[in-house]
Amino acid sequence: MLRYTVKRFLSMLLTLFLVATATFFLMHAIPGQPFEVTRETPESVKEAMMAKYGLDKSLFEQYLIYMNNLLHGEFGVSMKYKGQTVVGTVTSGMPASAVIGFGGVLLGCLIGSVLGALAALKNKGAVDYFVIVLAILGVSVPNFVFGSLIQRVLAVEWKLFPIQGWKGLSCMVLPILAATFTNIAHYARMLRTSMLDTMGQDYICTARSKGLSQGEIVRGHMLRNSFLPLVTSLGPMLAGCLTGNFVIEKIFNVPGLGQSMILAIQNSDYTMIMGLTIIFSFISIVGYFLVDIVYGLVDPRIRIAK
Amino acid sequence: MKDHRSAAVLPAEQELRLTDDMFVKDDSAYTDADKMTRPSLSYWSDAWRRFKENKLAMISAAILLLILLLAVFQPLLSRYEYDQTDYFAINQGPSPAHLFGTDELGRDIFTRCWMGARVSLSIALVVALLSGTIGILYGGVAGYFGGLADNVMMRFCELVASIPQMLWVVLLVLVMKPGVFPIILAIGATGWIGMARLFRGQVFSLKESEFVLASQTMGAGSLWIILKHLLPNAMSPIIISMANAIPGAIFSESFLSYIGLGVPLPMASWGSLASDGANKLLTYPYQLIFPALLICVTMLCFNLMGDGLRDALDPRMRQ
Repeated sequence: MLRYTVKRFLSMLLTLFLVATATFFLMHAIPGQPFEVTRETPESVKEAMMAKYGLDKSLFEQYLIYMNNLLHGEFGVSMKYKGQTVVGTVTSGMPASAVIGFGGVLLGCLIGSVLGALAALKNKGAVDYFVIVLAILGVSVPNFVFGSLIQRVLAVEWKLFPIQGWKGLSCMVLPILAATFTNIAHYARMLRTSMLDTMGQDYICTARSKGLSQGEIVRGHMLRNSFLPLVTSLGPMLAGCLTGNFVIEKIFNVPGLGQSMILAIQNSDYTMIMGLTIIFSFISIVGYFLVDIVYGLVDPRIRIAK
Repeated sequence: MKDHRSAAVLPAEQELRLTDDMFVKDDSAYTDADKMTRPSLSYWSDAWRRFKENKLAMISAAILLLILLLAVFQPLLSRYEYDQTDYFAINQGPSPAHLFGTDELGRDIFTRCWMGARVSLSIALVVALLSGTIGILYGGVAGYFGGLADNVMMRFCELVASIPQMLWVVLLVLVMKPGVFPIILAIGATGWIGMARLFRGQVFSLKESEFVLASQTMGAGSLWIILKHLLPNAMSPIIISMANAIPGAIFSESFLSYIGLGVPLPMASWGSLASDGANKLLTYPYQLIFPALLICVTMLCFNLMGDGLRDALDPRMRQ
């Protein structure tokens, strides 16, 4: 297990390095210069600005400085808003994104797993058809359509919740609901498939033939094995929670990370985009790493195979 | 020795004397019992037969065909141009003159929706083909050669996949400036990984087969074997995966439009129409409802058709 962990950790470091490098060169491949404004700017001002952000140095020198800064936890500053750092943006936007993200994943995972398990146990029953329809709708309705819809119905027509904003608990309901919807569909479908798959396994047959009751089989043998694929998808999902949901945050005007990213894109704030991208990627890469470790702990077959 | 054996066999032969009356003439050999009474089914006609039985999938396919025809012909036959403004008819609700109403510049939303269908569907189809082709070549080479090449190539896949797909697409579109072609490239550049992994797995399980060995013996090149012998054998999972890639691409395109990186104005795509409509949801809800409905119906049909294809092409996967 230790060998496996160390190996995975080293490959994670390599991935982080390559991602940072790729992002740097990608962002410098964007045509056009920063500080290009419609107003006429004196050359001296432009040069001073370029020097301030280190843009007058050679590309390779810039790369070294940038990598050095990353190692020290400095992810750069905004080009549009004076004094705003990438790290500051992330720490201020993370809580709202995390609330929506974790709320959505936890609720979605919980409700989805229960629905999926019930659907598989009562195959071709009412719950099963409900789950099938829900799963298809979940992948067919874009989240901005669903988000706008519940905003219109629950907030505008029925006035149950605030339409937009992020003040107090009542504001959190709709965004979390919107995030939950897709997750319920996703997890219900996944657990249903996985349960049906487990049911056909030989060890279930063995358990039945040694006289265990249906309840004992489900609890002791089926659920545990059916949850394995869920663990794999939970990792990227949880990492996605921290990086914010672009669409839901935009609909409900939540001051989260997704909104910061959209704002940076609209402002062509390249240093901000670069910094946020790297932080987002780092979070998801570390997420994958943790999931692999957890997966190795849960399922011994994996660490032996590798 | 020889005499002894023939002596032992001879009495038995005498006992078992075969006479004609011991036999009955069997006419069945002259009837059509061994003839095929039904036409022989190839794999594809068998799959088509199974697909036809799936009503949901057939209805979905029919609706998709209708959408495709409307996308091709409606803008040609429409009374309005997709970018034709009319300041005397702005933000009008649905009416016989404007079936889906008009937007804030008085443009006919019905025409814009079908113009958008052209853009969205062609993006989706090209992306599916592009990422499918790249994925097949990449996965085929990695799987066929195995060893170090496979290791390096699959590490690269993991690397690309470790960044959320949406971030890749956003970054690439930013670098290339929004437009139809950059959007296709950006979505395609990240979409091929799934296909590469899938086909690599297929190649791995097929490459030890006798027919590959036979082809190698006759001196066939690697690319020939991958494309001519391995690809057709892995066709059904590939088709299923491509059918699933199309709704994914429609989704990505609408997401890009929604965050302001969609096709430039006055072009329309379903995503940009829905995104414009979402901003006016509180005042003119119909401006969101029609494009959103089109997206949902199309995605639904593609998903149902994809499920139907899966059941038809690979009956083992049916549950």
